Amino acid sequence: MILLIASLALLLGGGAAALAASRRDRLRNGIVLGSLVGASLASLPVAIVTIARGESLALQWPWSVPLGSFALGLDPLSAFFLLPILVLAPLAGIYGVGYLRAWQGRKNLGASWFFFNVLVACMMLVVVARNAVLFLVAWEAMALASYALVVFEDERGDVRGAGRTYLVATHLGTGALFVLFVLLGQPAGSLDFADLGAGAGSLSLLFALAVIGFGTKAGFMPLHVWLPEAHPASPSHVSALMSGVMIKTGIYGLLRILMVLGAPPPAWGWTMVAIGATSGVLGVLFALAQHDVKRLLAYHSVENIGIIALGLGVGLLGRSYDQPAMAYLGFAGALLHVANHALFKGLLFLGAGAVAHATHTREIDHLGGLLKRMPWTGTTFLAGSAAISGLPPFNGFVSEFLIFLGALTGAVTLGGAGAAVGAVTTGALGLIGGLAAACFAKAFGIMFLGEPRSRHAADATEVGRSLRVPLVVLAAACLAIGLGAPFVVAGLDSVVVAAAGLPPHDPAGRALAGPPLRMVALGSAVLLALVGALVLARRGLLARRTITTALTWDCGYAAPDRRMQYTAAGFAQPLTSLFRFALRTRREGEPVRGLFPARASLATSTPDPMHREIYEPVFAAVGRLFAKRRWVQGGQTQLYVLYIVLTLLVLLVWELS
Amino acid sequence: MIMAIAAVIHLLVALLLAPLLLGVINRTKAVFAGRRGQPLLQLYADLAKLLRKGAVYSGTTTWVFRAGPLVTLAAVTVSLLVVPFAGVRAVGAFPGDFVLFAYLLAVARFFTVIAALDTGSSFEGMGASREVAFSALAEPALLVGLAALARRAGGASLSDCYEAVRLFDFGPNGGLPLLLIGAAFFVVFLAENARIPFDDPNTHLELTMIHEVMVLDHGGPDLAFVQYAAALKLWVLGALVVGILLPLRTGFVALDFGFGLAAMAVLAVATGCVESTKARVRLTGVPQLLVAATVLAGVGFGLTLR
Repeated sequence: MILLIASLALLLGGGAAALAASRRDRLRNGIVLGSLVGASLASLPVAIVTIARGESLALQWPWSVPLGSFALGLDPLSAFFLLPILVLAPLAGIYGVGYLRAWQGRKNLGASWFFFNVLVACMMLVVVARNAVLFLVAWEAMALASYALVVFEDERGDVRGAGRTYLVATHLGTGALFVLFVLLGQPAGSLDFADLGAGAGSLSLLFALAVIGFGTKAGFMPLHVWLPEAHPASPSHVSALMSGVMIKTGIYGLLRILMVLGAPPPAWGWTMVAIGATSGVLGVLFALAQHDVKRLLAYHSVENIGIIALGLGVGLLGRSYDQPAMAYLGFAGALLHVANHALFKGLLFLGAGAVAHATHTREIDHLGGLLKRMPWTGTTFLAGSAAISGLPPFNGFVSEFLIFLGALTGAVTLGGAGAAVGAVTTGALGLIGGLAAACFAKAFGIMFLGEPRSRHAADATEVGRSLRVPLVVLAAACLAIGLGAPFVVAGLDSVVVAAAGLPPHDPAGRALAGPPLRMVALGSAVLLALVGALVLARRGLLARRTITTALTWDCGYAAPDRRMQYTAAGFAQPLTSLFRFALRTRREGEPVRGLFPARASLATSTPDPMHREIYEPVFAAVGRLFAKRRWVQGGQTQLYVLYIVLTLLVLLVWELS
Repeated sequence: MIMAIAAVIHLLVALLLAPLLLGVINRTKAVFAGRRGQPLLQLYADLAKLLRKGAVYSGTTTWVFRAGPLVTLAAVTVSLLVVPFAGVRAVGAFPGDFVLFAYLLAVARFFTVIAALDTGSSFEGMGASREVAFSALAEPALLVGLAALARRAGGASLSDCYEAVRLFDFGPNGGLPLLLIGAAFFVVFLAENARIPFDDPNTHLELTMIHEVMVLDHGGPDLAFVQYAAALKLWVLGALVVGILLPLRTGFVALDFGFGLAAMAVLAVATGCVESTKARVRLTGVPQLLVAATVLAGVGFGLTLR
């Protein structure tokens, strides 16, 4: 616990020192990296030991804030959510130092790093806070620090707009949390987490508030609108941290409140399954239709949050129907996916940032042929793509497999309608997996393979070491979790048991998860071994034969041009046109006319329909409503004095009567 | 012990006989067309010839293009390890193994697709685009169907699922659900293996192909790997279809095995009949067929809920 507080102090102190040493680049970078790496090294062992022993630490200091105390705690659940923060933050920091070098002298980097450190510290505080006031303060500071990071390039209008969307969304979510905590604190008159409890109010109302409040941060559909705006706008190491880790604090909050709320009725589980299926399928569909790689990745965060929600739904249904094995598998899958998503989404955002750094564009259709020019970035991006598509032998498959297994356990053991969760979840996960593979075949294939589609891509060179190292580390972690899945899941036992509300050391779930995971890991190992054997076999076959290099076959046409290649928009077209009822892709341009068309053009764009058709009209209406009341604030001092006098008069009359 | 030996024998038989299935399909089509047709063992001769050749690679390509055929073949081969055949449990059966099965096929497909994109050819891009679209829609049909089988079997491995299937099962969970799921799987089988009505393996126009156009640039041993992997995939998905629609079980392993091989031949002949009597559907009609398959599987699942 002391180490944890020391880490927080180190991060905040490092941030302040970075602010002070803003102009001295070398010193500032050293301070920032030192504090990030130091905090991580100090806290990681604490978190790991807590998970391994399954114990809880607590710390309580009285403070002057009413309703409770300054309470911190570290139990397996908190420790588990600390892990991705502590792993990704230093890697994103190392990357950021190289990434921000281009802005040196032009921007106040000290401020940017200050907010980065504050963001990391606040995320840590959010998961260890055990008092609602402290939690909300950390939550709010986290939101503001990340806002400051999102609007790093504040000279661009679209970035400011994205920041505003984010700020509004996060505060609407926080509003729901205020109500939630007040209702939970009412019965005991204290806002310490230990005293929270459901009072007279309806439990389902509390659940709904938690889903809305925390779902806004996590990015549940239709509360996701800020994600595709804010992630592309921010610098890549910030996107990686926000998408990989920060949105998971929403999942953490939801789990924490679920622990308070007690036994869930089936409706909650179904709600999560419905949210998960919608977020997952629509998230990946919108991702398919995007042309900006970071926007595409942002929609994939929505998809992956959907997968996590599916796992939570399966787990909750397992609890409702008293099926410990199903609950264990569902929560294990959801939690492991939290960690996995942090790794591969961090990797992909950093990879996309490296590409943007080298080519100065994020348009997928302007890229191509980058694997030859940027082999490290390309290969690690391929690993991330396979992981996020849930392909063995990478980590994404393991967590999805656990959710599948939980859903199948439900299908086999539950009677009647409850078993339908098996069909809904497997169908949704299957569709999501297929679409995600399509989307990343597009992203990787168009960006890194083929011939360069523009000068930007043709002139690209591999990025520097500070950007490369985090990519390699994260890709290796994705593979390691994929191959070491049985050990990882066994190690997380205490976390899963706590989240699933099962009695500790209940062997039911472990017995169900262990053997299949060993077989999955074995299958992955056999796959890798077989690929290796085939490589050797082919090398042996081709050893003394001629290997020639030729042009790609194009029906005998001997002068292929880079513009003849398939584009990202074209690649996704069969799916985007099939799902046009949901996507509402806009098509503009001149169609082909006549037998000898002189010119034709086509541009497609897929803005978020929920943003356009729900939020914009609502906010516009609210704006109009307030505009009509603007006469109240006329700007005349006399009028304001009059308001004060009138208020005092009313209060006086009220007091006297 | 006998079962374990039988399972290993199935592995060897599948690896050995998979190319023969394509020979049977082609012979059936030839008979329909009134031709004598190519020899039944033509694919073996093709593979042997390709393995003796050198290689030609496009200058555009990278290591991804060369890895494509190897990863594809490896993934399909590993998927064979969890497929039960003719009442014989698979070597690697475990709860949830069909999820691994489905995702191994996804690995194979992903690498075929990115190897195709690596060539920078517009034709191969076109094929890749169609492949990912159609397979994404086929995935839920396969998984929901398997979930339904798991529910009626009370176990979550492919081997459990298929052990519980009986030919003349008119119980509450037999008959109709099995027929629906079997139909869904037959559609998935045709779509995943690029057969008519989804794709025409014999078309001579790159623009109209899906699977064949993705492997246009592969040659020599690589092409042999691609063709062999395609034959194996035909076998593994075929075994799943046959296991539902023609589950002849006598209790004698050797006899059941013979029935199973005969059933595979029947499936190949049926595929040949479909290819000879049906035309390809328009590309825009393919999704409808696949969604229909998902609906069939979903109804099959629904019927087991009673």
